[in-house]
Amino acid sequence: MTTVNAVLASTRAELLRLRKWPALWVMTGAWLLLNVMFVYVFNYLSYTTGSTTPRGEGIPKEALLAEMLPAAAPISAVQGLPMFGGAIMMILGALAIGSGYGWGTWKTVFTQGPSRLATTAGSLVALVLAIVAIVALTFVLDLGLSTLVAATESQTIVWPGLGDIAPALGGGVLIASMWMLGGALIGTLAKGPALGVGLGLVWVLAVENLLRGVANLLGGMDVVTDHLPGTAAGSLAGGLGAGGGTDGTPGVFTTLDTASASWLLVAYLVVFAGITAVVVRRRDLA
Amino acid sequence: MTATIVSTEHLTKRYGDRAAVDDVSLTVRRGEVYGFLGPNGAGKTTTLRMLLGLVRPTSGRATVLGRHPGDPAVNGRVGALVEGPGFYPYLSGRDNLRVMARYQGIGDAPVEEALARVDLLERGKDAFRSYSLGMKQRLGVASALLGDPDLLILDEPTNGLDPAGMSDMRRLVVDLAAGGQTVVLSSHMLTEVQEICDRVGVISNGRLLTEATVAELRGATSLFVRAEPADVALAVAMRVAGDDAVQVVDDGFRLETGAKNAPVVTQALVEAGARVHEIRPSERTLEEVFFEMTTPEEALR
Repeated sequence: MTTVNAVLASTRAELLRLRKWPALWVMTGAWLLLNVMFVYVFNYLSYTTGSTTPRGEGIPKEALLAEMLPAAAPISAVQGLPMFGGAIMMILGALAIGSGYGWGTWKTVFTQGPSRLATTAGSLVALVLAIVAIVALTFVLDLGLSTLVAATESQTIVWPGLGDIAPALGGGVLIASMWMLGGALIGTLAKGPALGVGLGLVWVLAVENLLRGVANLLGGMDVVTDHLPGTAAGSLAGGLGAGGGTDGTPGVFTTLDTASASWLLVAYLVVFAGITAVVVRRRDLA
Repeated sequence: MTATIVSTEHLTKRYGDRAAVDDVSLTVRRGEVYGFLGPNGAGKTTTLRMLLGLVRPTSGRATVLGRHPGDPAVNGRVGALVEGPGFYPYLSGRDNLRVMARYQGIGDAPVEEALARVDLLERGKDAFRSYSLGMKQRLGVASALLGDPDLLILDEPTNGLDPAGMSDMRRLVVDLAAGGQTVVLSSHMLTEVQEICDRVGVISNGRLLTEATVAELRGATSLFVRAEPADVALAVAMRVAGDDAVQVVDDGFRLETGAKNAPVVTQALVEAGARVHEIRPSERTLEEVFFEMTTPEEALR
């Protein structure tokens, strides 16, 4: 088997077991539900009742409606990924890779033929493909809901152009993949999902924000906080058009420009995947 | 085509100060069933893990099918079940095998064959987590069989099986060897090894104590004699078999002489006026040999 064939074989194998993994569907469902609630349900209620929800305050009704129309669907689908979506993707990576140590499946897989590197590459590629599917599914769902909103509110339907869709979805896949690979790395280092899930959540949801708070007090710290994974992810989302700031989606920033944020995400992605591969390759599976 | 499928030279694995496997040099030949025998914790599993490339030796080396263990070209030709079956609990038995078949780059047809060989076709659609210990073990063996490997490494394959399952498993191993596949199996069940293995390596405390055929290990057949009066019988026995070749055991003697000498011994005993109660060929069981080897000397005193 050539290396390419070995990676392809591993990817096909992992896709089969991921597709039939209930946890993947639960996480996908949780993500879609959060997306629908925060982008459409709460905003729509706020828009129709005129009540002041935390998000509704200070935002003109027209702006609120614009966020729910088809033209905004590409951004709607990915704006939650830097933070809560990222947390879910991190859990996905940690569970998918870490659980194999408890189940004993890695020892079975590593004796099938493909090298450990090919196996690891195949697993990570399969997970990225799963993310591509999840992001695409989110977009389709959001496009449908936004069309419904437009029809209900008698708005002219303006479809998003390919020039809006491709960067938004591509950016979303990049952000989600970075978090997923971070989870996969912690799951690999910890040889189990629990520590990876726990540490990852604390990092994504709390530590980065605390560090940003510290950076406001200490000069020089902002060089570090401006380049954290969450900052890069949030900046890319912000650069793509997601509304950030105090009123906007949590975890969305405009700290870095789109290009720097993208390259930084790619760098994190490569480093996370690289360390995972090296650790898996060198480790004794006892 | 080499006659040696597996060889290790001074293979050693240390965890801190403790040597789990210490200076093990063994050889497995093409087409044989090699029994790796030892008490729990003797180093069997660690040795097998090193042969599969799952664990790196601290020192020494191993060659499997002419290459380094764990080399992708080797792993594709080796089927293994090490320290219990490791499968995705949420997938069915069949899907678990399909995943492994995809890793090997083979189709789904061998999956059905493998399930049939371990008698799991009917339960193939059920989730792995719902399987009994014996069914999990059988699925592990089925997975090892996928891809028709040249070498099968089975760690305690009868673990958790009921007597019927054990007997099926033994028959399966014998069939595989008859089909030309080389099998290395580890066990702490001596009867199992005695029945199906061509050669045996005995390991204890990480050290390989001996490597020999089952027959060599058990030694030559001897004759067990129970006769009265004992002193007369003993004198006759020593005259016929030689002074050093008689051992007093239980309520009789063991004569180190072939079974074909039974009539001669009987006749001599009768002529000397002894009453013969029992005379039969006697073989040491592997169990006796094994305990002699693995029991520390101080425990025997």
